[in-house]
Amino acid sequence: MNQTSRDRIFNGVNAGIMVLLSVFILYPLYYILVASFTEPGIVVSGKFLLYPEKLFLDGYREIFKYKPIWSGYGNSILYTLLNVALALFTTIPAAYALSRRDMMWRRGILFLFSFTMFFSGGMIPMYLLVRNLHLLNTAWAVVLPAACSAWNLIVARTFYQSLLPEELLEAARMDGCNDFTFFFKIALPLSTTIIAVVGLFVGVSQWNAYFNALMYLSQEDKMPLQVILRNLLIINQMPEMLNDAMGADVRAKLAEQMRFGVIVVGALPLLAVYPFIQKYFAKGVMVGSLKG
Amino acid sequence: MKGKGFAKRLRRCWQLWVLLLPALLWLVVFCYAPMYGLLIAFKDYKANLGILMSPWAGLKYFRQFFSTDIAFRSILNTLRISVASLLWSFPAPILFALLLNQLASRRFRKFVQTVSFAPYFISAVVLVGVLTIILSPTTGFVNVFLNRFGMGRKMFMARAEYFLPVYIISGIWQSMGFNAIIYISALTTVDAQLYEAAIIDGATKLQRILYIDLPSILPTIIIMFILATGNMLTVGYEKVYLMQSSLNLSVSEIVSTYVYKVGIQGAQFSFATAVGLFNSVANFFIVFITNALARRFSSISLF
Repeated sequence: MNQTSRDRIFNGVNAGIMVLLSVFILYPLYYILVASFTEPGIVVSGKFLLYPEKLFLDGYREIFKYKPIWSGYGNSILYTLLNVALALFTTIPAAYALSRRDMMWRRGILFLFSFTMFFSGGMIPMYLLVRNLHLLNTAWAVVLPAACSAWNLIVARTFYQSLLPEELLEAARMDGCNDFTFFFKIALPLSTTIIAVVGLFVGVSQWNAYFNALMYLSQEDKMPLQVILRNLLIINQMPEMLNDAMGADVRAKLAEQMRFGVIVVGALPLLAVYPFIQKYFAKGVMVGSLKG
Repeated sequence: MKGKGFAKRLRRCWQLWVLLLPALLWLVVFCYAPMYGLLIAFKDYKANLGILMSPWAGLKYFRQFFSTDIAFRSILNTLRISVASLLWSFPAPILFALLLNQLASRRFRKFVQTVSFAPYFISAVVLVGVLTIILSPTTGFVNVFLNRFGMGRKMFMARAEYFLPVYIISGIWQSMGFNAIIYISALTTVDAQLYEAAIIDGATKLQRILYIDLPSILPTIIIMFILATGNMLTVGYEKVYLMQSSLNLSVSEIVSTYVYKVGIQGAQFSFATAVGLFNSVANFFIVFITNALARRFSSISLF
């Protein structure tokens, strides 16, 4: 067999693998979406669903009436926005400062940040700290520990190092620019990419997190969406409102259906926007890899 | 003389210090204060006495940890998950990137990459929720499908023997696409002349992958491997905790979930801190050893 025909076989097999892989990745998500609209009797048969064979929307009607979902949504939006704002406020200026060669003790401070990537106080000292600061059961307990991160800081610093040449700073200094004006007037307007990268990484991870909320919060009305979803999906908590005036079979049917619906409601916002923001995640990984 | 230089340098860059201040404050309060809090692993922590005034306990809590079955079991479980991840989840994105890179159609390549990215944006809660649904022994399509081929219905989420495969496969499903980015971008820097020369010499695509692509991204692979071993003992507890059930606890109890249960839920702060500290220190040594080995044998290292 010669080179080209071997390559042709390789191309065929490879394309086949990629198609199968795409199906393997997408189908579970597509299945949940279709099942959330399908008559539960068909869903529980466990067959592969390709389209809603019999439309059924009662599950969604119950979800929209279920208050904790909406308070969870509100809380998640609040925590995410707060965390993103804090992350940008801490990371961006600090990354710029540490990108400057004439910054005093630059290497020492960078070492202190990098060290935290390999060693940390761990769960219990962090919990006691949050408790001693009287932050338990407040939004701050969820967002402050995640307000900054060594990784994002180093990524942003690498970005500035490749963005701003020494000569630019020298030239600006000649024109009477001090460090503040240089940062706010020159560096910051050029920073939209790194702001998007840091903001999106932090935002997505806060939106998807549940463990800190579980650890630091105790009231249901403060819980983010992920904790509410955990109660419904993993602990199988039956929504109270399904209790009264319904037969057991109707109730079981609705509860089953709601599980699909809440997954859609919980995962849809990010899955709907990720194709448009994915380039920033790729960018973040690539900038991060420059410095290893 | 030195003091003068110090004041002068400080005056010259005080504005940079102001820019650094918020991050520095966070670093001190939320990273280094908890490290100071590690002291309670060696003390009998009493909330009313605080960290400093609580009486010393020496190595009592470390001894206590090692005298229990659960200590060895949780360390063993953590290591088992990590080693399985290094064996399966680590190579998967490399293989994926190498194959994706060979697709001739740019649009097809872009499409597959975008698809592979999707599960990265799903939370651990939703992931485990999806698993529970599709792996359900009675109504999940996976079991109904297996059953049709006479393989019987399996209790994937409940039985201990399936915990690790389900954890690993769902992990690959979720993060293969995202982890492949770094290799995909490394592959774009391969010199096109190498391919041309190889094609003239009669190399097939498979040979080009093995002798050009793979060696080109080897430095990236080594760096990623060191980073991965750095997380050997910090298995993502968010997902493990969600997947735990009373039936699979013998394999799914890892050090961090154990720390959570005895520390936060059981309020044995000193004991749980000692367990966590042991874990962190062991982890730190593993990174150091891997890094030293990598430097010795390949001259590529993290630090």
